[in-house]
Amino acid sequence: MRYRDILDAIGETPLVGLPRLSPKPQVRLWAKLEGQNPSGSLKDRIAKKMIEAAEASGELTTDKIILEPTSGNTGISLAMVARRKGYRLTVVIPDNASEERIRLLELFGAEIVYSPGEKGTNGSIEVARALARDDRYHMPFQYGNPANPLAHYEGTGAEIVRDLPEVTHFAAGLGTGGTLTGAGRRLHEHNPDIQVIAAEPELGEMVYGLRSLDDGFIPPIFDERVLDRKFLVSSSESLRATRELTEKEGIFSGISSGAVVNVAQRIAAEIDRGDVVCLLADGGWKYLSTEAWATEIERAEKGVSETLWW
Amino acid sequence: MSVRVKLPTILRKHAGGEALVDADGATLRELLSDLESRYPGITKNVVSDEGGLHRFVNVYVNDEDVRYLGSLETAVKDGDTVSILPAVAGG
Repeated sequence: MRYRDILDAIGETPLVGLPRLSPKPQVRLWAKLEGQNPSGSLKDRIAKKMIEAAEASGELTTDKIILEPTSGNTGISLAMVARRKGYRLTVVIPDNASEERIRLLELFGAEIVYSPGEKGTNGSIEVARALARDDRYHMPFQYGNPANPLAHYEGTGAEIVRDLPEVTHFAAGLGTGGTLTGAGRRLHEHNPDIQVIAAEPELGEMVYGLRSLDDGFIPPIFDERVLDRKFLVSSSESLRATRELTEKEGIFSGISSGAVVNVAQRIAAEIDRGDVVCLLADGGWKYLSTEAWATEIERAEKGVSETLWW
Repeated sequence: MSVRVKLPTILRKHAGGEALVDADGATLRELLSDLESRYPGITKNVVSDEGGLHRFVNVYVNDEDVRYLGSLETAVKDGDTVSILPAVAGG
């Protein structure tokens, strides 16, 4: 395939069957490999869409610095887009994000501001919002930017409908809510009976050291009505499913993908027939330092529990 | 047997620092009421004044978000696990 530039190569990711993970003959699991995007995650879709929308509206001009709170992937995608288009970029990221996420940001030339790890992404949002009051910055704000779910409506969701019109269930992680909202809406337009299911991480002590329950954050773009069910998945369960993906299907994915597959497996156990699409947000590359694939599961669990992998 | 309740870090001070406590009830609403009677103040930021779930708090019964089940009327039974967590974002 030939493209004008790297940004045109975003999206159109493979949808692959998971024959060994499918529990019954009439229940088929599928994985959408968003790690195959140019910078390695589904966030390439929204980075391109948000930047292009801001350019079109005039909000983003060449003198502005792009600023964004991120746990990693959106920052990396924006860094790629910024490099291609010639913008400066500052990302606000929790200091416990995996080493590889930081290194990728640096190599793409992003300026990095760290937020307290124990506050997770909620903390990075707080810091970024304060910085964004300065006019020099343009903040796409993936948590509130309609271009985020739009990218998934037009891209992710439309691709699934085209490639697997018989889809019955769609499982994805709930981070900004963009994938579930955008792809979910597109899937419901195709067939209102499709079940849209969210996976949420149970991140453990390090991220829940918040001052009060009021510090919880629900992204404005997330449309709760699109969801049929939402499941909490522990680091340990996510990790096990991630390893199973590699062991049984030869797929090397990130840890949130394990969370999504774990949820898909729970759904698959309940139904007699169906086609369950799992959204695998990224590849395993950025998580090697967490030792997620260590031979001893205890070392893997420890490594994963100490990093922000969501 | 009763219901196990997993408390988020910030609520543990109401329960003497415990992360895991027990409570009873046939519905989540009853359970939270029971929890409040055992540890006064613990549900202040969980159940709103109007009697609904607080916006930025998620409650799960056996790892499933009750907002997509029966919300506060979700049935709970002995041996179930209820988790209370603040909403967190990712990306």
